[in-house]
Amino acid sequence: MEPLFALLVGALFTVAIYLFMSKHIIRVLMGAAILSNGVNLLIFTAGRITREVPPIIGADSDVLQASAANPLPQALVLTAIVIAFSFFAFLLVLGYRAFQKLDTDNSDEMRVAEPVNESAPPLGY
Amino acid sequence: MRTVIFRAIAPYLTSLMVLFSIFVLLRGHNEPGGGFIGGLIAASALAIYGIACGVEPVRRAIYFHPMGISAFGLFVGTLAGVLSVFAGVPFMTGLWVYPTLFGVEIALSSVLVFDIGVYLVVVGAIGSIALALEERDRD
Amino acid sequence: MAGKSVGLEDLSVAFVMEPLAAADWLIPGPVVFCLLVGSVLLMLRKRTDLQPLIAIPALVVLCAMTLGLLAHVVVNGTVSMTMGRWLPPFGISFTVDAMGAFFAATSSLVALAAGIYGRGDVDHSGRRYGFYPFLLLIMAGVLGAFMTGDIFNLYVWFEVLLISSFGLLVLGNERAQLDGGVKYAFLNLIATTLFLIATGYLYGLFGTLNMADIAIKATELRGTAPLMTLVTLFLLAFAMKAAAFPVNFWLPASYHTPKLVVSALFAGLLTKVGIYALLRILGMLFPVEREELSFIIAIVAALTMVLGVMGALAQNDIRRAMGFLVISGIGVMMAGLALGSPAGLSGAIFYAAHSMVVMTALYFAIGIAAQLGGSFMLSSAGGLYARSAVLAFLTLMLFLSVSGLPPFSGFWPKVVLVKASLDVGAWWLAAAILVTGLLTTIAVGRIWALAYWRPANAGALEQHAAAQSLPAGAMAALAGLVVLSVGAGLWPEPVLVLAQDAALGLIDPSAYVLSVFPGEVPQ
Repeated sequence: MEPLFALLVGALFTVAIYLFMSKHIIRVLMGAAILSNGVNLLIFTAGRITREVPPIIGADSDVLQASAANPLPQALVLTAIVIAFSFFAFLLVLGYRAFQKLDTDNSDEMRVAEPVNESAPPLGY
Repeated sequence: MRTVIFRAIAPYLTSLMVLFSIFVLLRGHNEPGGGFIGGLIAASALAIYGIACGVEPVRRAIYFHPMGISAFGLFVGTLAGVLSVFAGVPFMTGLWVYPTLFGVEIALSSVLVFDIGVYLVVVGAIGSIALALEERDRD
Repeated sequence: MAGKSVGLEDLSVAFVMEPLAAADWLIPGPVVFCLLVGSVLLMLRKRTDLQPLIAIPALVVLCAMTLGLLAHVVVNGTVSMTMGRWLPPFGISFTVDAMGAFFAATSSLVALAAGIYGRGDVDHSGRRYGFYPFLLLIMAGVLGAFMTGDIFNLYVWFEVLLISSFGLLVLGNERAQLDGGVKYAFLNLIATTLFLIATGYLYGLFGTLNMADIAIKATELRGTAPLMTLVTLFLLAFAMKAAAFPVNFWLPASYHTPKLVVSALFAGLLTKVGIYALLRILGMLFPVEREELSFIIAIVAALTMVLGVMGALAQNDIRRAMGFLVISGIGVMMAGLALGSPAGLSGAIFYAAHSMVVMTALYFAIGIAAQLGGSFMLSSAGGLYARSAVLAFLTLMLFLSVSGLPPFSGFWPKVVLVKASLDVGAWWLAAAILVTGLLTTIAVGRIWALAYWRPANAGALEQHAAAQSLPAGAMAALAGLVVLSVGAGLWPEPVLVLAQDAALGLIDPSAYVLSVFPGEVPQ
């Protein structure tokens, strides 16, 4: 299972990086969403993938049986999902507001903060 | 989206969802559920009410500004951790009391207080984003 | 709900059993305090008149707490508290060593100055949008990052400060702010995602996230695990957060757009959190891998400092020039990281603290200058010396401090770093630091000559006549930070000793490990 998931994570990263190359904010945003999903899957895979083995330590032992998945990465993924979700929501609102105010979602044309023909500083008094 | 059927059902659906979200919140310590997922259910209940009846009625119904709810949740959640000062144990240690009410033992804990804080943070934050997005659709 | 009877007879298997000293509450105290006050302020955000009245005393208390923590750490060594009473490494530890306490104290002083300055700079609508609540919440993120002893928790604090910084960045909702905010938000999101990827790999390799535990296990895993890949990923992620060349372009695109006090706070604190993470993870946890990468880090450092100051030379907007100076300073700190010797690391730590204070103060100075009727543009500014000799004098001291001239705080760390580079034969790194100092002097000297010394032109003078007098609170904040910088320059001994202690704590983390795992034999 794990190699398959590794390939899937790679595919998600590829898609995300391809989308990051775009000039359009909305595509970059989708890229960020896909990248965060890829990362979540990566962490999830790092904690072993097993089916139907609950991570419960028996009364006679001190450690988890080896066939069970590690529950901690799943907790990490949960946190990461929450953070990625709130980020996505915030960036969506930010990008939308920027689109409304700047009338563009093309990052080449977003030059309000960095004007194209900014004058050089004066060379003397 | 403002069909008669949807508008008629939305208040009942919303109240059911809010009730369910509280149920999910309270069972969350040892069973699936908890503050985050409960908060999401409640926030989506608000979103549904907003889609059906408009954003203004939702804002009137929840009375407090969503950011205020969120801030209160953060306050409650942090305070739940601070409780352990009085017990002399490290920050965020779970403290339990078991009062008996009408012959039923009720387990109350600082963990539950923390979960309620998380619930409010999520309701406030997601609710305010959802309401802001819905408002803009009407422009 | 859990049943009443818990079947564990021996609680010491899972729980920390030692009693807590009252002083231990200083460890999570500052972060918890920031969260509490921040959330109260957020609830009161309509009472814009009350907000500074609550926030500024709260920031004073915060400074007292972090300074107390610093004193506690200096006296008693590294201290640690594990949340929820779980035994480390299962609980999340807050571990404060000399570096963390030093940075925490400096950053809360900077935040206090920003709170005082913000009283005049942030108008009522800005306060309602949450300047003071976000100031407290961003401090919770910054302090949490400085104090945590758990890598995933570090990631969470990064996100806390990032989300608060988004709120601060778009405070005025202007076009340029949204433009800059979009670039800032996306590039920082990518950086934190890279950090998360690296953290995922790290957990896969180590099976732990506790920094002290990692420090123990790294020696065993070295040679069998792909630690170099991991460390390179961390380097990229944190270099992006710290705005090191070639991943620095989000900083000059966004730092000049928000309210001035927000720019000042960002310039002082945010990039330094990236530097802190580099020092902590590369310097303390993976010293062998850092040694392997040191040549690359040194090249990045040299390029960052030289190209940063060259960017500053090319700007007409003073705020953007300051943004490039922030980047240039990051290069100097990374040079210390590249060297990795006790002197190098202590120079980097000292320089980071210096940069927190001085960069914030510089933004304050140009903000006050702009209020006095000058402008942010070099081509039109002028006559500020005639308007206020005090402001011109304070600004000149800051300018000399940022270029690293004696007797100001920028001088000593640069001396330490130049000497440390010459000790290992990296003459080109020393040359880069010195050339950067020279170019910085030219850049800031030109700003001073044009904006302060040059007489105002006739058209501008009429506007100046109507301009208001010096804002008292803002001047007090500026003067306080200048006093810190001059004080550290004239009497550098305590700071140098502290930075040296902090650097030694990074190079030999046994005290750090012992504070988390009492009784563990360090290797």
